[in-house]
Amino acid sequence: MEFKFTPENIDRINKEIAKYPVKKPAVMATLYIAQEQNGYISNEVIKEVAAILEMTAEEVLGVVTFYTMYYQKPMGKNHIQVCTNVSCMLRGGYDIWNQVKEKLGIGNMEVTGDGKFSIEEVECMGSCGTAPMLAVNEDYYENLTKEKVEELINSLK
Amino acid sequence: MEKIVLPDIDNIHILDVYVQNGGFTAAKKAFSQTADDIIDQVKKSGLRGRGGAAFSAGLKWSFMPKTTDKPKYLCINGDESEPGSFKDRQIFEYNPHQLIEGILITCYAIGAKTAYIYIRGEYHKWVKLMQKALDDAYTAGYVGEAMKEKFGTEFFCNIYVHKGAGAYICGEESSLMNSLEGHRGYPRVKPPFPAQNGLWGCPTTINNVETITNIPPIITKGWEWFSKIGEPKHPGTILFGVSGHVNKPGVYELPSGTLLTDIIYNYAGGVPGNKNILCVIPGGSSMPPLRGDQLEGVKMDAESLKAAGSAIGTGGIMVMDEDTDLVKVLARLSHFYHHESCGQCTPCREGTGWLEKILKRILAGNGSVSDIDLLVTVANQIEGNTICALGEAAAWPVRFMVTRFRDYFEARVSKEVNLQVANKVHSMRETARPLAEVKN
Repeated sequence: MEFKFTPENIDRINKEIAKYPVKKPAVMATLYIAQEQNGYISNEVIKEVAAILEMTAEEVLGVVTFYTMYYQKPMGKNHIQVCTNVSCMLRGGYDIWNQVKEKLGIGNMEVTGDGKFSIEEVECMGSCGTAPMLAVNEDYYENLTKEKVEELINSLK
Repeated sequence: MEKIVLPDIDNIHILDVYVQNGGFTAAKKAFSQTADDIIDQVKKSGLRGRGGAAFSAGLKWSFMPKTTDKPKYLCINGDESEPGSFKDRQIFEYNPHQLIEGILITCYAIGAKTAYIYIRGEYHKWVKLMQKALDDAYTAGYVGEAMKEKFGTEFFCNIYVHKGAGAYICGEESSLMNSLEGHRGYPRVKPPFPAQNGLWGCPTTINNVETITNIPPIITKGWEWFSKIGEPKHPGTILFGVSGHVNKPGVYELPSGTLLTDIIYNYAGGVPGNKNILCVIPGGSSMPPLRGDQLEGVKMDAESLKAAGSAIGTGGIMVMDEDTDLVKVLARLSHFYHHESCGQCTPCREGTGWLEKILKRILAGNGSVSDIDLLVTVANQIEGNTICALGEAAAWPVRFMVTRFRDYFEARVSKEVNLQVANKVHSMRETARPLAEVKN
């Protein structure tokens, strides 16, 4: 399946490119835009990003696989990321992680059958002072309790 | 105590409020002096980097070549991924314009026309907040070509936000540059240092967010004022992020040299249930952990912590009470470093995996006493044998926790020596540093 950026997204990419003396540094932002439009980074996306930024597909793939925030398969509409690193762990991060796993019946990096949820155990998100925490897509939810998590997941559509 | 980085002024994150409270007067003052004067003042102020290494900021700037036909760059390191560290996000949220002003002054001092603020990808909200502040500053003419008119100077610079995508290693300065250039975030071999060969092979300075936010007050109030705050060898305030088993976790801006016990018991409200403290990591997860009985009288500044057997790092204080399972903590940390090792250097790529495996073995109740020596041996073989400091970051918590809590770990393993493991320890010691050299 061929992938093409929408004209609006091409504008956004050009604005990113304008920040740098060469095109290549815009790869990270371009991949975010692609992920937003396509849901995940497919091989077709990689080819298109490479063509636009005058990179090889291998270079783009190297960037995609190096970072944790680019997904090479479709994730859930609500991608829930639970931190279990030490500061969260000390304040019940694993309880939250186990609760989320149990409630949704899926494991790390898995998606529910209806495509509504996916979950990921993540490293420190910088919420140590407001631990435990989880993020749904781009939004942080901090100072969590089991009740708050229950309520939050029930409210997600 | 006066706060320098996060002042108690309502809505200071709004440009108008920042300007009403003296914002951008430091930049105007700086532009009327020579670049060398500015570097000199920052050197004399004693300001040291807040990103972990506590290196003199002014000295770092002075490494930038005076004459070069290449463009110069400034990178602001806001990758903030060290477990236990959550201070820079406060600046993005509550005082972004002081950071912007600090960047203008720094660019002027080092002769850079372009600055990039590298913010970790997970900080979507703070990327947006920082970008909003930057857009406002551009619109009002404080950044970009319009600066010339605003400040009545020939100098101008542009500032851009660059968003990361989830890699701890990109907080390492050379990795950050590779990441920014659109490569994988592999650290670079040093030398050459960034001041000679940085972004796109051009002279580059990389400073932490908090470091640069300190610059405007230093210029306004003078280096002498700054140098008298806190400990003379590491002056100024530090943003201490307290997390773990405390009643009031959070970021506290306090003078350097504040007692660690003061921070934990007075500011962060002590330990829930008045429990005893088993262990504290005083500077973010990579720094050597201290035992609960080592905390008395420890001051929070680079020199004092060094003397106490740890390091200031990013000032992230992780407190663990007496009921904490330290094996679990260390296994979790080792998992983190294994996960975040970029894979470039064999000792780190393999060693971090071994540390995790051994610790998980102990955690599962299958460890033997020889595993404890094996942990130290593996940690010793990582340390000093890698391109970047992630090797040390992974090795230090293991080496120091195991040696400082030897009894604790011994109580968790079988007394019987696992011969298979013991043989490995023996054969590996041939090349490793002798255990006797390991500081307790």
